[in-house]
Amino acid sequence: MGQQTALYAKHLEAGAKIVDFGGWDMPIQYKSLIEEHTAVREQAGVFDVSHMTIVDIDGADAERWLRYLLANDVARLKDTGHALYTGMLNENGGVIDDLIVYRMASGFRLVVNCATREKDLAWMQSQQAGFTVTLTERPELAILAVQGPKAIDIVCRIIGQRFSSDDSASVGGLKNFYGVKLDDWFVARTGYTGENGVEIMLPNTEAPAIWDLLLDAGVKPIGLGARDTLRLEAGMNLYGHDMDESISPLSANMAWTIAWEPADRDFIGRRALEAQRQHRDTLPVLTGLVMEERGVLREGLRVECTLSDGTTQDGVITSGTFSPTLKHAIALARIPADAQQCAVDIRGKLVPVRLVKPGFVRHGKKVFS
Amino acid sequence: MSEFPDDLKYAATHEWVRVEEDGSVTIGISDHAQELLGDIVFIELPEEGAVVSAKDEMSVVESVKAASDIYAPISGEVIAVNEDLADAPETMNSSPYTDGWLCRILPSNPSELEELLDADTYAGMCE
Repeated sequence: MGQQTALYAKHLEAGAKIVDFGGWDMPIQYKSLIEEHTAVREQAGVFDVSHMTIVDIDGADAERWLRYLLANDVARLKDTGHALYTGMLNENGGVIDDLIVYRMASGFRLVVNCATREKDLAWMQSQQAGFTVTLTERPELAILAVQGPKAIDIVCRIIGQRFSSDDSASVGGLKNFYGVKLDDWFVARTGYTGENGVEIMLPNTEAPAIWDLLLDAGVKPIGLGARDTLRLEAGMNLYGHDMDESISPLSANMAWTIAWEPADRDFIGRRALEAQRQHRDTLPVLTGLVMEERGVLREGLRVECTLSDGTTQDGVITSGTFSPTLKHAIALARIPADAQQCAVDIRGKLVPVRLVKPGFVRHGKKVFS
Repeated sequence: MSEFPDDLKYAATHEWVRVEEDGSVTIGISDHAQELLGDIVFIELPEEGAVVSAKDEMSVVESVKAASDIYAPISGEVIAVNEDLADAPETMNSSPYTDGWLCRILPSNPSELEELLDADTYAGMCE
């Protein structure tokens, strides 16, 4: 038996199929992955993501330290509650983890992946010399992601009952990548689905009752299976699949998360990235693949790429699935930057695929052409 | 819980077989198999007229999660294919033992039926 979140009994009550996920007993699906996926695209769904690790960073040097630790620049977060997405890199520029950092009234809050918790914490602790910072894990908090076109309205109604109508209005007025603290809750306009929605960090003790209120309001419980198809349709990376410590953010569609300016900010991995940047056109890229014929693209499949000089070179699918929204296969693949045409090796047969920007569905609609 | 109808025979690779009155056999995948696969989105159907040997791959079922081979539980000629599955592969999830059948085979060696499992043995294997 693995670790269980505060909502484990609620998952069983909802008929979940439970699997081990990074040492946690988590719901992979309830009834049907496709029904859950569609509920998030068309209505609203709730994900228990309490297995993810919350770390609060405080101390006199919290900001100076995070500006050194992370490739994106927390100095860009001017307002309390503002958030950004970033990689945490090693000296070679490889991605140790990807995470979201929020500026809190004092200090910062990081949310990192569950499977990387131990190495992340060990790395952070090893990089503290010369900085006055404290790291506090928050295992007493649950995380509920409520996502979908109806998610924010429903959450606002519940916030109105639990807190006040003013608090409800402040959640309703949140801009993307902003959050607000309400007592010991933190509610942020972030997510991993490509839909509008919020992520709510709240005490474990309150989570089951809020889960029930959400389900009573028509929000569907969503398992990790649909979480994966939703994030892949949204073109979002999954750590350990689309990137890891051997992969540069420049080859993982994460160049936009690197804050090169100000040029005198020294962050871990900067020197390696600057060297890579000099010969950027030789680095592989993470791109989107679309296959409209029958069949499903899967992680690990070989992608045969034809380059502009007519030679071929292999790439690989890093995440692939059947897109429940588009009704055909989609994938992320790491391929040579110069690839002109690609075909995927499916059981020995080369099937041509289309190259598109990573990102297939946003707000329920197809986004590539 | 998965269902294991008593009147069917099963292969260890999760196919079921029903012997029809005319001596042909109908084939599909078990309730347990469809549950493991989850939502089925494509099925590569066998071809009518194809001659298959027991334990050979005869079809591929793709769910959102995984691709899985279907093996011929018995040797013979494919005499009918459930073409409805091409447009509605999810039928294999919703009614694996009736509308979600895969194909019918005219066995060339009916004694192979003896090697298949009865419902209790197969159910025990799936626990």
